[in-house]
Amino acid sequence: MNDQSETSFRPRDELDQRLATLWRVESPRMIARLMRQLGDLDSAEEIAQDAFMAAIEKWPQDGVPDNPAAWLNTTARYLAVDRIRRRDTQRGKYHLLAASQPQVTQPNLDEIVDGDLANDLLGLIFMACHPILSPDARSALTLKLVCGLSTDDVARAFLTPTSTIAQRIVRAKRTLAAAKVRFDLPPESERAARLDAVREVIYLVFNEGYAATSGEHWIRSDLCAEALRLGRMLAALVPSDTETLGLLALIELQASRLRARIGSDGEPVLLLDQDRSRWDRLLIRRGLANIDRIEQLGGTVGPYALQAAIAACHARATVAEDTDWMRITALYDGLARISPSPVVELNRGVATAQAFGPEAGLEIVMPLFDVPSMRDYHLLYAVAGDLLCRSGAHEQAREHFLRAATMTRNNVERATMQNRAAQCAGRHS
Amino acid sequence: MRYMVMHYQTQEMEDGIPPSAEQQAAIGEYMQEAAMSGVLLAGEGVASSSQGARVEVNDGKVRVIDGPFAEAKELIGGFAILEVDSLAEAVEHARKFALLVGSERVDVRRVIEFEDLQQDPQ
Repeated sequence: MNDQSETSFRPRDELDQRLATLWRVESPRMIARLMRQLGDLDSAEEIAQDAFMAAIEKWPQDGVPDNPAAWLNTTARYLAVDRIRRRDTQRGKYHLLAASQPQVTQPNLDEIVDGDLANDLLGLIFMACHPILSPDARSALTLKLVCGLSTDDVARAFLTPTSTIAQRIVRAKRTLAAAKVRFDLPPESERAARLDAVREVIYLVFNEGYAATSGEHWIRSDLCAEALRLGRMLAALVPSDTETLGLLALIELQASRLRARIGSDGEPVLLLDQDRSRWDRLLIRRGLANIDRIEQLGGTVGPYALQAAIAACHARATVAEDTDWMRITALYDGLARISPSPVVELNRGVATAQAFGPEAGLEIVMPLFDVPSMRDYHLLYAVAGDLLCRSGAHEQAREHFLRAATMTRNNVERATMQNRAAQCAGRHS
Repeated sequence: MRYMVMHYQTQEMEDGIPPSAEQQAAIGEYMQEAAMSGVLLAGEGVASSSQGARVEVNDGKVRVIDGPFAEAKELIGGFAILEVDSLAEAVEHARKFALLVGSERVDVRRVIEFEDLQQDPQ
């Protein structure tokens, strides 16, 4: 695949490698700025690409400048000003033709060119996560534009052929162009909904990495890393938005357990069985600090902040026995009220059982067997099996574990379920 | 992967001369930019060595020396921990920082991760 409109530098030699790194670091801000200056994504990408092409031409002779980022940004700015001037000249000609048109006041060029970087980046993020795009298109476009990944990198991250991703991105851009989505910060009234859409993309990318639905590995840390980068970016751009801080706290706290979630044979290790000394203290510290910040800002009861608060209860417990299940149960009660779902209900059941005993948990969990979407969910059977076993209903527990074993596609999980069923049989007889 | 980016202090920092308004603005701009890049995990700066001490151990003998220390430019002035893809990416951030705040030297070192300690002896 060689799509001329796509910017992707394949590392051939040192200079290419160098430019690929600079693209990763500089291109999101450069494209964001260019998009405000020029008004549309295609021109912005084109000029950014031209600035890098200029470097490919100049640097081999002149040497790489001491401040390559500044060189690239200055070049991009120059190219953008040139483009705007030429457009204005064009427009001037039209004005001569249509002399009756009222003269538009000449905007100050410097004002257009040097705006507020944070707003530019936010505009780029809002555009890439625009609600008119499909979820797949949003994540691909976001990783490419906002994380500065090449189309190849995005394809690798999603384990999808490069041509598919390239098409998806081209189509997304066409959709944006057709809907005349220009570079604009949404008005205050739409702001909250648009931020919701951005957070959704970030959490989707994170979850695709955290519980990979495809690929050989069930954790894909590259996707988690990109989601964390995006989350940190967004939190820096809207530092007082409590739900965004909640999302960042949630994914940092979940990511803090990444390396403890994989056993020595690559098998998943459940939260309560994890070696907590392997948790990432820096991420936990950051997560807890953001939760404190949410409190200082007046608190929030949004779904991300609530889930973050639950994750924080686990993070604060040095050993599993110290977990504050009462608090977790209360937080799940809140979560079930504001964003009810069968999976939240299942987790609420587990927490309730830890806090108030297996029977209290079963009261919440058993009705879930009547929910159609849950009937084939092996974890429901596994959880019910566990609670039944703890309440002394060993024969029923055994049946549930066996059902869970036939449902899971994961060999290790199947073996675990069969083991537990066998243990129940032993205690029953 | 994580890198610790450590900048060395200038004579002015060591002399306790507070950074000029421009320098402060430059540092603020850098921190904001690093935060907006989504790579900054943590960072701190340190005061003049006159407010610090050094613990030296020689053959098991411990000697505590109070600051200030000579060779101001060989003392760390602060650090940042960045989460990036590669050494090259960390270096680009370090370069910007050095140029923006007028630091003469910045070391970029990879942070040891849990996995590094799990090396199989075979």
